[in-house]
Amino acid sequence: MKIKNYIVTFVSAIALLLSTSAISFAKVVGDKIILGAAVSLTGKYSSNGVHTQNGYNMAVERINSMGGVKVGGKTYKFDIIYYDDESNPKRAAQLAERLISQDKVEFMLGPYSSGLTKAMAPVTEKYGVPMVEANGASRSLFTKGYKYLFAVLAPANLYLDVAIRTAVELNGGKGVKIAQAFEQDAFSQDVRLGILDAAKETGSEIIIDDKLPKELNDMAATLAKVKVAKPDVLVVSGHTKGALTAIRQIAEMKVDVPMLAMTHCDAAKLSKQHGKNSQYALCASQWHKTLTYKDKWFKDGMTYDADFTKMFGYAPPYQAAESSAALLVFKDAFERANSFDQKKVRDALAATDMQTFYGNIKFAPGGQNVSKPMVLFQVICDSSGKCENKVVAPLKWASAKLIHPIPKWSER
Amino acid sequence: MDLLIFQAPILMVQASMDGILLGILFALIAYGMALQWGVMNIINIAQGDLVILGGYIAYFMYLYGIHPAWGVIVSPIIMYFVGIGIYKLVINKVVDRDLFISILATFGISILFMQLMNFAFGADVVLANSGYGTTMLFDNSVVLPNSKIFAAVISIIFAIGLVVYMKKSKLGRAIRATAQNARAAKILGVDTEKVYAATFGINAALCGVAGALISITFTIHPYMGLPYTIRSFMIVIVAGLGNLPGVAISGMGLGVFEEFADYILGTEFRIGSVFLLLVLILVYRRFKLSKKREYLK
Repeated sequence: MKIKNYIVTFVSAIALLLSTSAISFAKVVGDKIILGAAVSLTGKYSSNGVHTQNGYNMAVERINSMGGVKVGGKTYKFDIIYYDDESNPKRAAQLAERLISQDKVEFMLGPYSSGLTKAMAPVTEKYGVPMVEANGASRSLFTKGYKYLFAVLAPANLYLDVAIRTAVELNGGKGVKIAQAFEQDAFSQDVRLGILDAAKETGSEIIIDDKLPKELNDMAATLAKVKVAKPDVLVVSGHTKGALTAIRQIAEMKVDVPMLAMTHCDAAKLSKQHGKNSQYALCASQWHKTLTYKDKWFKDGMTYDADFTKMFGYAPPYQAAESSAALLVFKDAFERANSFDQKKVRDALAATDMQTFYGNIKFAPGGQNVSKPMVLFQVICDSSGKCENKVVAPLKWASAKLIHPIPKWSER
Repeated sequence: MDLLIFQAPILMVQASMDGILLGILFALIAYGMALQWGVMNIINIAQGDLVILGGYIAYFMYLYGIHPAWGVIVSPIIMYFVGIGIYKLVINKVVDRDLFISILATFGISILFMQLMNFAFGADVVLANSGYGTTMLFDNSVVLPNSKIFAAVISIIFAIGLVVYMKKSKLGRAIRATAQNARAAKILGVDTEKVYAATFGINAALCGVAGALISITFTIHPYMGLPYTIRSFMIVIVAGLGNLPGVAISGMGLGVFEEFADYILGTEFRIGSVFLLLVLILVYRRFKLSKKREYLK
């Protein structure tokens, strides 16, 4: 009998919990606009997931303290329901389903990474829930005809496009020889497609085209090939692991290439982990604090950097900055729509044309942000071994001159 | 298909050298696996996660300003006790059961370890810099990072140490006796429970050494353990249980095989080719065994 009692109590407790949560989380409660987000707090994306969450929280706090969102003459404040998607696409899709049908959330923020965004987008699309995402750059997200997905960041195929074009320019407009190694995931493969396009347009030749499996932490074979084939540009993209492995082994194997272009150097804390060995690497970045974009909430990149550092105790990587920008976009759209009707908000989002500290934001019909270029920074170290990231391309934003070609290891 | 390796034959030398150095390191992990598999009849899926945990120990020493090479001494000591702990908590409950249960149990440990490491150390990819520099051979056309050479030398030292220990020490003899016949050993006064615990501890310690070496030569990450488990499993299968020299040779063979697969088929097939080889070998072994059975009939 006792066991039966336990079961009854347990079941009723769960029922009570479910019923209260369903009531308390409607889309707009009192003066609160509730957004739903699944971010990776555990699992392999947890560090970037936390950057994402911190970026969201920072913007929520800032917008709320500066007067909130004005809709229909009333002021609302943002609030976010978070779930941990465990870095697992299946879980992310389930959570999207749960946020929408159980928690009755009507507006969503994106998760971290293209893979997870890809898993969630069909769900939000099905329910017509507008989702502004800040961390899924894969091109395939924007070719599916999604109507409710908006990304504040530049699509993945543009990440290293600038690098190839710069190399060609430095080569007097003639095509260059490219060696590339990309991890086999949605994001890196899109970066690869971007390089293929750029190579085709500039008449460049791809002489090594390696794909890296996701468990790999050894690139020695690729690099040995690079040593023999002597390309003009070496491109590596494989998240933080790829960046760290590449720098370590390039230094150890003394691989000389005139230009080395990579992604994820920020997140890899490249210069911190590798010091001078990381010098001269070119890194694609969505954002850099020295860019001079402005808005009225965060002022500019430098102020954002300082405020974020004060709040969370570390300097914001671009993953945090773009997440904060997503909230600004939502606020702007709510106010322009002057309504919480999902369709009207969606149309307002589609018509977004604004500048934030993170960059200009204007969405193409596919949902990607087309008015913000990628920047390239170069790791540059002084004689005391202190390294800094300096923006070197595109020229409009450059704060330092690109060092090219990279000095040979024997001369360093 | 990439034929660069045939156009530039010096790459073959590079691939072989890299493969052998790498293979020696794999063989060290496989030694541990062979040992506890042979003694306790347990296939430890968490092998790779023990390796990564060992790597984190070296990494943290490096963070606190101690040269990570000392990790090859500190890490096995800590890992030995971690191993004993795991044995006392879980393994002793499954040691006499069938293989399937032990695989499930260690699989569980593996998941738990991954999540705990992720929780404790974060999901960032990390590495420890040894600052060992590079050795250039053949007019600078073959490069060998000294960290890899260091890893291979340390692995050999530990492997030889283990063999000697197994032959000469009292515990070593007790371990071998238990491996041959646990019941008889027990009757003759060997405390098999202790032997099992020590075996698992030694296995974890070897993983600790390998982990420290991996943090110096490659990178570590909480979810990177499985490929090391697979490789050591594969090496042990090829070599056969209790065949320690075989483990060394098949380890190096696997290293070289991987490197050549990488050069010829492409990096994306590197780990895939290891899996393929594993399947082929298992099929071949089965085929051979069934032939033998026919003779017996």
